[in-house]
Amino acid sequence: MLRIEHISKTFNPGTVNEKTAIRDLSLHLKRGDFVTIIGANGAGKSTLFNAIAGSFFCDSGSIFLDGKDITFQPEYRRAKVIGRLFQDPMLGSAPGMTIEENLALAAGRGGWLSHVTREEKTAFRDRLALLNMGLEDRMKQPVGLLSGGQRQALTLMMATMADPKLLLLDEHTAALDPGTAEKVIELTKRIVEEDRLTCLMITHNMQSALDLGNRTLMMDAGNIILDIQGRERDGLTVDDLLQRFRAGVGKAMDNDRMLLS
Amino acid sequence: MTFSAALGLGQTALELGLINSLTVLALFLSYSMLNVCDLSTDGCFTLGACVGAVVAISGHPWLALPAAMAAGIASGFVTAVLQTRMGIESLLAGIIVNTGLYSINIAVMGNSSLLNMNKTVTVFTKAKDLLKDSFLAGQYKLLVALIAVALTILFLSLFLRTRLGLAIRATGNNPDMVRSSSINPAFTTTVGLCIANAFTALSGCLLAQSQKSVNIDIGSGMVTVALASLLIGGTFMGKGSITKRAIGVVLGSFIFRLVYAIALRFHMPASMLKLVSALIVIAAISGPYLKKQAPLIRQRLKHMDRGE
Repeated sequence: MLRIEHISKTFNPGTVNEKTAIRDLSLHLKRGDFVTIIGANGAGKSTLFNAIAGSFFCDSGSIFLDGKDITFQPEYRRAKVIGRLFQDPMLGSAPGMTIEENLALAAGRGGWLSHVTREEKTAFRDRLALLNMGLEDRMKQPVGLLSGGQRQALTLMMATMADPKLLLLDEHTAALDPGTAEKVIELTKRIVEEDRLTCLMITHNMQSALDLGNRTLMMDAGNIILDIQGRERDGLTVDDLLQRFRAGVGKAMDNDRMLLS
Repeated sequence: MTFSAALGLGQTALELGLINSLTVLALFLSYSMLNVCDLSTDGCFTLGACVGAVVAISGHPWLALPAAMAAGIASGFVTAVLQTRMGIESLLAGIIVNTGLYSINIAVMGNSSLLNMNKTVTVFTKAKDLLKDSFLAGQYKLLVALIAVALTILFLSLFLRTRLGLAIRATGNNPDMVRSSSINPAFTTTVGLCIANAFTALSGCLLAQSQKSVNIDIGSGMVTVALASLLIGGTFMGKGSITKRAIGVVLGSFIFRLVYAIALRFHMPASMLKLVSALIVIAAISGPYLKKQAPLIRQRLKHMDRGE
């Protein structure tokens, strides 16, 4: 599905601010994999997402998605098959446009000059009803009126609407209050399962990193230092994870934002 | 002022307001939707006037309209390429194109800065002949302008609801979202600017034909005048559907011209137009900002009083 081969990325090369954010990283994902990623700040988690999504091109190495070489494909091309959510709920939808218009953009069906059809509108409503947030009755309202949680849920809906091959979730519940965050996580789980999406999710919540998905990666200094899946992962506790991190890196997990519970 | 004089005043304002409102609608697309302040508007307006005049003088009054629009599209395309493919700031790109257009406009008019169309057949004289015996005989200018504006509004309100139109609106509304989406902002910006400039040029073309002359300064300050109209229109119908907002900006353009016509009537020098439009733009844009600051200023004043 997704094959990353020996990619590296150095920012500001040749200056005092030189930083190697990704170092000779390789990763292979199977179709339907739901992978959670943990790691300290600056470990390169978001940079890895940026590399996959095409926010920048890698200095070396190659990336294949579904057998296709996308190493130098521009971001907007990749976005057709890669859905992405950020921590900031404001980044995923246009506040001045209505819910319906946002969904129409995300659905991406039809030609450039096509209008949204009545059937599509009904389909949007039905899909929004799944959120259980009453948004289906507010189709004509601008998205700017929604709360952060509602907006993130809508963004999740938008990102998964055009049947992406890969879904990237970059701490997409970190800016939400605990109750809403839980709701969005539940929703994520359901959508990923129902649509059988291949998904990568960065989280700072170690427990949900173990609870969700079928594989967990731990990153440090621009590379993957732990890759746990299958039977090895079943029954693993947060303490085990921390211990293995210490063993792997030679220092304790240092991150004030990490939720250990 | 007699009734007929007032009526005449209103009619002139309506005619000019409608013709100018095409430029305002262009800014509605580029400034309000795409969030690009297109400073090539002045030059593009003149370009449309020049191209339209030259084509009309050569005996093709109808062809003048699409010719002017095509010139506008070309101008908008250059502005867009400068800012999306060559790393030039969007404001600067507009200024550069505007400067370049000055020479081009002179060249279009055959190395002259003035063209006279007194004996030229224009779309307006055509309409005048057509309506000669009807009850609308006196309103031929109004009618031509009205048709142009109605078609433009119809086009905009249909276009902005297509997928491309939505993508253009999203590009202006949330660039962050667009950057990580399947919309290519370079493409949407280019399409938006091309369409907007087509209307700006059409506006210039119609003004030149209605006043039967072009000079190189016909478009100077147009961007400020149009922005003023746009902002006035926004205060009337700033919210609601695209169609409603588009009609609102046309109304804004008319009100602006009406106020200006009344001021002229009371012996304001004609040269004051640009100062007035500059002041309106300042007031309309700074107003909401200053209003937000007012409580803070009051608080600080109170604080200072207590200190003494």
